[in-house]
Amino acid sequence: MNDIIGAAPKRVDGRLKVTGKAQYAADHGLDRMAFAYGVYSTIANGRVTRIDVDEARRMPGVLDIFHHGHFADLYRPPSMQMNPAQIERLVKVDETRLPFEDDRVYYAGQFVAIVVADSFEQARAAAYKVKVDYKEEPAVATLGQAKKAQSPQSSGSDYSRGNAATAFDSATKKIDATYTTPVETHNPMEMHATTAYWEGDRLFVYEATQSVVVHRNTLARIFGLSPDKVELRAPFIGSGFGGKLWAWPHSAATCAAARAVKRPVQFVLPRPQMFTTVGHRPETEQRMRLATDSKGKLVSVRHESINGTSFTDPYSETCGSVTKSLYSCPNLAVTHSTLQVHHGTPTSMRAPGAAPGLFALESAMDEMAEAIGMDPLAFRKLNASTRDEGKDLPWSSNHLQEAFDKGAAKFGWDKRTPAPGSMREGHEIIGYGVAACNWDALRCSSDARVSLRADGTAFVTCGAQDIGTGTYTIVAQTVSKISGLPLEKITVQLGDSSFPPGPVSGGSWATASILPAVAEATRDAIEQLKGFAVENGPFKGADAKALQFAEGRLVNGNDTLDFGHFLREQRLGSAEGEAHTGVADGDVSIRSFGVHFVEVRWDPGISRLRVARVVSAIDAGQVINEKAALNQVEGAIVMAIGMAMFEATHYDERNGRPTNNDYAEYMVPVHADQPPEMDIMLLDYPDYALNEFGARGIGEIGTTGLAAAIANAVHHATGKRIRDLPITLDKLMEDAPRVTA
Amino acid sequence: MRTFQFDKATDTEQALKAAGAEQAMFLAGGTTLLDLVKLDVMQPERLVDVNRLPLNKIETLSDGRVRIGALVTNTTLARDEHIVEHYPVLSQALLSGATTQLRNKATTAGNVMQRVRCHYFRDNVSPCNKREPGSGCSAIEGDNRSVHAVLGTSEHCIATHPSDMCVAMAAIGATVQVQGPKGEREIDFLDYHLLPGDTPEREHALQPGELITHIVLAAPLADSRSAYLKLRDRASYQFALASSAIIVRLQGDRIAEARIALGGVGTKPWRATEAEQALRGQPATEDSFRRAADVAMQGAKPYRQNAYKIPLAKQAIVRNLQTLTGAVA
Repeated sequence: MNDIIGAAPKRVDGRLKVTGKAQYAADHGLDRMAFAYGVYSTIANGRVTRIDVDEARRMPGVLDIFHHGHFADLYRPPSMQMNPAQIERLVKVDETRLPFEDDRVYYAGQFVAIVVADSFEQARAAAYKVKVDYKEEPAVATLGQAKKAQSPQSSGSDYSRGNAATAFDSATKKIDATYTTPVETHNPMEMHATTAYWEGDRLFVYEATQSVVVHRNTLARIFGLSPDKVELRAPFIGSGFGGKLWAWPHSAATCAAARAVKRPVQFVLPRPQMFTTVGHRPETEQRMRLATDSKGKLVSVRHESINGTSFTDPYSETCGSVTKSLYSCPNLAVTHSTLQVHHGTPTSMRAPGAAPGLFALESAMDEMAEAIGMDPLAFRKLNASTRDEGKDLPWSSNHLQEAFDKGAAKFGWDKRTPAPGSMREGHEIIGYGVAACNWDALRCSSDARVSLRADGTAFVTCGAQDIGTGTYTIVAQTVSKISGLPLEKITVQLGDSSFPPGPVSGGSWATASILPAVAEATRDAIEQLKGFAVENGPFKGADAKALQFAEGRLVNGNDTLDFGHFLREQRLGSAEGEAHTGVADGDVSIRSFGVHFVEVRWDPGISRLRVARVVSAIDAGQVINEKAALNQVEGAIVMAIGMAMFEATHYDERNGRPTNNDYAEYMVPVHADQPPEMDIMLLDYPDYALNEFGARGIGEIGTTGLAAAIANAVHHATGKRIRDLPITLDKLMEDAPRVTA
Repeated sequence: MRTFQFDKATDTEQALKAAGAEQAMFLAGGTTLLDLVKLDVMQPERLVDVNRLPLNKIETLSDGRVRIGALVTNTTLARDEHIVEHYPVLSQALLSGATTQLRNKATTAGNVMQRVRCHYFRDNVSPCNKREPGSGCSAIEGDNRSVHAVLGTSEHCIATHPSDMCVAMAAIGATVQVQGPKGEREIDFLDYHLLPGDTPEREHALQPGELITHIVLAAPLADSRSAYLKLRDRASYQFALASSAIIVRLQGDRIAEARIALGGVGTKPWRATEAEQALRGQPATEDSFRRAADVAMQGAKPYRQNAYKIPLAKQAIVRNLQTLTGAVA
């Protein structure tokens, strides 16, 4: 046994990354490789009436140009309900329409053609020369426009208990407020990319994907192939934030193009199209109605959420999912519905549902506390649930009250004077805000293989991915924990669908799902090794059950034997272990909890808002790698600062085209926007209900709640309650006319 | 692939000769040009690379003026000791712009020549009078919160000039030295950038075939202080929503002389001469500053989403003056 779990080793793949040796999807240059470049719709709704490729087709190096009149017959993949117990069988896309199915255009930026040429420059130049005529129809550019034209369609996930309406009507203390969040676009550094080639009827693909297995299954369905004819590889991913969970149109288009031109084809999505054809967090409008009794206990909570989806697929942003259980309330109702807009299909973005949902709920909690004259932290502490009232189950492990207390003490919440604008320093007005964070914990099925090799090392494979979070490292830590081998003797390979199937790297599931399989496979390999040892060699005839394995050595009483040496002596290459592990069972509800405390500084003389300080206390189970875990929470906080203050994808109301689709105009926080002080406490209570390590995953929880904590701090500083994200300076200026969306 | 003629020049004569006809464009840092070529917004048929021209010196002239070579990078200029000491407003403006990587590539003349950031100009699809004269301006009734102006606009174009450096130069006072087929000439910096009027495709006073060789800064105003204040959503890497470059000389507790230029709000680097006059001889108080700021923004015309820029620009003026003069808020 060692204390490698919870330690803070550096990333085992760090050197590869900083030396540029880590190969991402578009880093794979293949012999005779051709390049694809898209032609994208400039209208958001209508039909393609004519595509003129004559000039483009004649340009040097052009191999072919595909469009709806010239493209392979493909099959739509079925979009299946996710079954965590059989994640390896999942087939899923959010946008079910395949590229070039017909002449219909549903959103600006939809593929209308793809040019394949000998070089990237040739493909791009030719793509610019493809002439497309459209019959344009009026576009629904925003949720606001959709509201005027359509009635919301239920997403079929409504929930209620008690009678929220009656309780609200009879209460005297109540609030009723509506919050909105804009379209947000995943903007990972690495653009979506596909490098595909065929060998006979076998398809090989390097793809920027958060799931090689699901992507493999999906492409197999699209091309009508058995899954074992398709191999997906994603050894490194330049982050995804949910945008790379499922396949998007470019992937099938590139694979089909490679088959048609009989050469490897590489495609990289240009940054402007990261805003159109690969998903986004949809616009939401959320009406919150809360009521309390005279003592401040919640008696009614209603959370009604509408989100925009595409005209092709009904994506639901489940904003009310957290509301069901975070606070205790006997009368509660949550509804989800959608309206159609001419955007591409939305998808999961870091903490889907919870990120916009907790902005609304935790802003409303602040408004409710203010309405009853209660301290907003005390109000939350009073109402935090003691069991999951939504599922009617006990919590497996919930230390939210401790997080509130520890966070408040570290932050100095007691120094907060309640009146808005009452805390000042120089030109600046200081605001303190608080909000809870919350995310569910799920464990999926996973396989893994571990070899203990004759060279004295361990070799691990799992068809999961490291999307930049540190999965390689925590897998190595797990093998080290079980085997006692040092990290430098453990080689981990991930991100290949030919490996034992691993789960999706999303939903903060990877850690909880993969580690049990890796641990089990390590133990399995050790068992096989022990079996070899009692058959031949110095320990021949010993009782296998009496053998131990520690620090790379077999132990029999006082005798020890180096396992590599033993294997070599026996002319054996390795001892092999395999495992398949399933989902968690038990009648408990498993979630992660936490709290953010935020200090903002508002300088009204120059209309400048900055986050000065964030103190967070996070209860996400056992931490596996402290460095990676803190990095996840810090990154989530910075990303959520973007959500709170900067991020919004704008669409021209006249035609539905995005108008800020680049890194210069779509604002994400830069280094200078990071809070000068970020103090994160990881409470580190193992939750063994989920897995043997007690880890719940930590990728998303930090994203939740922060936007509300900032909005609440802004209200404390300025007296203004901003219910529409992002909180830009024009919304806070005293004498500025409001910007219209 | 689209082909174009590419020449590398090693001296000015060669560059001018290579440029010859009016189709040629000069390539320096490339931070605007290459960007727009990739987007297919600009399609130069002939490019002349001027990076090897000997125009990378910063020289102090005997009359106190400073002559900056066209190829001096933004980083070099911002960190130059003489500039930091005598023109802090220019150093600060440069450092507030873009990113370190871009400033390392971007040149002084290139900065003067940079194109607008209006999305409708860059998307290559929407009507845009700059890109396609006569097609219309999509920004006036469209998204115009961030990079659109309230001063100097016309019914044909409302895009802001994006530079920070040029705002500082407009305040300092400068001349643009150019060389062309007809020889050398000088253009006053304030006359260099043109208002859009009904010819928004014409952005500057350069004639076909002319090359900027130097920018000459006016001698520093004696006993003055100067600073650049840039207001924006995020703390870095964003074009100004409103900015002010201010140079001020105090006499006792009164403003003897002030020079004010504004960024982020004008279709060109905007010198606010009337505001300067309003300040002359006034006590260095917040009241005086507010009155001057009101004067500066008197002719401002707000559009659909950018009306907030009018009070924001006033704040950029008032706070900058307060800090420079030490006046208590």
